[in-house]
Amino acid sequence: MDHGSAQPAVHHMTPPTTFIRKYVFSLDHKVIGLQYYGLALVAVFTGMVLSWFMRIHLGWATAAIPLLDKLSPNGAPGGVITPEYYLSLLTMHGTIMVFFVLTNAPFAGFGNYFLPIQVGAEDMAFPKFNMMSFWVTFVAFLVLIAAFFVADGPPISGWTAYAPLSAVGGDSGPGEALGQTLWGLSIAIFCVGQLLGSLNFIATTLDLRTKGMTLAKMPLSTWAWFVTACIGLLAFAVLLPACILLVLDRIAGTSFFIPGGLVISDKLQPHNGGSPLLWQHLFWFFGHPEVYIAILPAIGIVSHILPTFTRKPLLGGQRVVIGCMVAIGFLSYVVWGHHMFLSGMNPFSALLFSVPTLIITIPATIATLIWLGSIYGANIRFTTPALFCLGFISVFISGGISGFFLAQPSIDTYLHATYFVVAHFHFVMGVAAIFAIFAGTYFWAPKMWGRMMNETLGKIHFWLTFIGVYAIFMPMHYLGLAGNVRRYSAFVDDYLVPLIPVHKFITVAALLTGAAQLIFLYNLIHSRFKGPKASDNPWDATSLEWDTTSPPPFDNFGGRHLTVYHGAYEYGVAGSKGDYVMQTSPEKIVGES
Amino acid sequence: MGKFFAVVLTIITLLSAYFVVAHTWWMPVDISVHGPGVDHQLEETMLGSGILFVLSQLVLAYFVFRFGDSKGARKAKNFPGGATPLIIAAIVLVGIEILTLSFVGSKVWAAIYFTPPEPGSMHIDVQAEQFAFYFRYAGPDGQFGSLHPDKIDDGNGNYFGLDPANDVAARDDIVVGSLTIPVNKPILLTLHAKDVGHSFYVRELRLQQDFVPGIVIPLHFTATQTGKYEIVCTQLCGLGHYNMKAYLEVLPQDQFDTWLKSQSQ
Repeated sequence: MDHGSAQPAVHHMTPPTTFIRKYVFSLDHKVIGLQYYGLALVAVFTGMVLSWFMRIHLGWATAAIPLLDKLSPNGAPGGVITPEYYLSLLTMHGTIMVFFVLTNAPFAGFGNYFLPIQVGAEDMAFPKFNMMSFWVTFVAFLVLIAAFFVADGPPISGWTAYAPLSAVGGDSGPGEALGQTLWGLSIAIFCVGQLLGSLNFIATTLDLRTKGMTLAKMPLSTWAWFVTACIGLLAFAVLLPACILLVLDRIAGTSFFIPGGLVISDKLQPHNGGSPLLWQHLFWFFGHPEVYIAILPAIGIVSHILPTFTRKPLLGGQRVVIGCMVAIGFLSYVVWGHHMFLSGMNPFSALLFSVPTLIITIPATIATLIWLGSIYGANIRFTTPALFCLGFISVFISGGISGFFLAQPSIDTYLHATYFVVAHFHFVMGVAAIFAIFAGTYFWAPKMWGRMMNETLGKIHFWLTFIGVYAIFMPMHYLGLAGNVRRYSAFVDDYLVPLIPVHKFITVAALLTGAAQLIFLYNLIHSRFKGPKASDNPWDATSLEWDTTSPPPFDNFGGRHLTVYHGAYEYGVAGSKGDYVMQTSPEKIVGES
Repeated sequence: MGKFFAVVLTIITLLSAYFVVAHTWWMPVDISVHGPGVDHQLEETMLGSGILFVLSQLVLAYFVFRFGDSKGARKAKNFPGGATPLIIAAIVLVGIEILTLSFVGSKVWAAIYFTPPEPGSMHIDVQAEQFAFYFRYAGPDGQFGSLHPDKIDDGNGNYFGLDPANDVAARDDIVVGSLTIPVNKPILLTLHAKDVGHSFYVRELRLQQDFVPGIVIPLHFTATQTGKYEIVCTQLCGLGHYNMKAYLEVLPQDQFDTWLKSQSQ
């Protein structure tokens, strides 16, 4: 199917001239993509430092953490973290990482920058919505961070904010006053940004593809962003009203999530008729698809980068991975109840949710086998982005396999709410997605900044991170098997005390792995300004982003209207001059359908 | 670089597997009637997914080692047979694994959560609150007094909100801070939450169940070994969550009877 219609001139081809319009309130999808990426970078280092504080406290409960008492005199008097401040750190760490890192960087960041370029468009379909979506997200971040500075401290109810703990106000604990309200508002605002962004991604993919760019020829990264946008449109549309209802319960005296007869802090609460399980259903109806909002772009990015460095197309072509991503997208909507096996919902429904959860492992396994099969017989170029792709496959396997346990209610009854769950989701959603973000950064930095990142520093960063994440998260499985409960600020139970040495090991590993990220930060900033200039196509890649200057001009292709002739991964082409054929090359490929 | 990757990944894989095989950290001994089913299910899953884990990591390590850049010395090859056999293998093998796990696992789950409590079970009421568990026995009359949230008064030990002044059944209710039960006797707990969500978790019983404010949730089990075990809260409930615990004491029937009698005086 040729997509021959003329592109709407969304920019009217006039680049902005003022600083504000160029770098701040920019309509350019590339600037907006970088803004998202920059926000995610600030967020990820914030979230990481919070996790350091938590880890130090878990290993050495009485340790005084330097400077922390300055940041929060109440939460950490003398630098020693109080139980409630530990929960605040936990809540903020989870919220920042899930929303402002794992959603922002792989989807909104890279997606904004590269989706229009990869389909041959000049910009997103709705540039003004696009600008709004970033600035709304930015406001959401500020509102969340403001919770650190309110009198009562940040909320303590976790990133899942289970009601009624999160819904009744200050009676349920410190941080549950203004801090929790700010949390609810922040996430509601965040949802608005995501909805605008998702609409934009979908419209751009469907309407702005250049001539010859059929859906089947689109790069897998663009496919992933498209599927993710479809998921996000439905998921955030549920979380938004859920957060509004939560805030109403808190400030307007409604009782959506609060039943009658609760006595909290010796006070009979003035609520009646609400249901705590309603919040859980609404939250997880969003929350489980959210896992795939984080990991699908990662799958797409890795599937996009891997062929460049194996120098051959993915085994079975693009359609297998596309099929897997679409299947995962659909299934992501019918599994939310696996977070609630033990929540008091009807135990029959546990089995109903268990089966599709287990079925998700089939497309995930197929994708993994496709990656492995694609490495077979290759000539792997061991660049830093390639190493992070290989590392991604390893951690994705490790994180995916523990899902087999948690998908089964009969095992969940033992492992639920233990460190086994912490290990599972950090591996599969956190670390795997972060590895894809690193792969994407090293891969696309030459295009985004026109300068190469340092390969030696990149490789040192990879090895320290790869070994580090296994040292941090693999032992958490063992802790879970021993019944170590998560979200505890200290381990005082008789059976938990002997496990503290394992926590100390994890803490040391986390601090070292965290410190290794400074190498990345240095490399990123240094290369941005001092790195060697990048050519247009430094990796010998085929898709459209490599068919323009580094960085691309304001309208992406300097006024050229591209025609696409080939799929996105024509590597190792027999009889061709190079070993690859660009998507826009009119060269005939023998045997191409 | 490929060789190094393979060596590092192989060491990580074998080390990870070692601690599982060696049971360095593992579940405590089970003390429940339904527990062996849970243990069996977990061990079967560990075996299947453990093999899958080691195998796929080692295949990744080997491929990366074997297929590094040859600088044009070796012609690229495709995976023998293409993608179709892999897809079929994934669907069939994972499909069989899923069916087996679901089929067997459903029975284990059903044995805990679908079956009604055995007739003649001993009924104990549980109140969870920030940050303690309280347990209520019906007393000599065998009747629980009704609950009135407005009467809850922790300061005076009225954790459940009983109204002994007007409610005869409530007068002999026994309320204590630890769960004492007779061995080999079916127990039925009814879980109430006074304030926010909590959870009941005893590792040795292989049992976990949330307390949800506004609903009363039944939970039943039979303990098969005497001893003292820890009940901990596993649902984030506030600042004292880490310290919310109680003890489960499983006693021989005669000792239990003596204990219960001593409580009603």
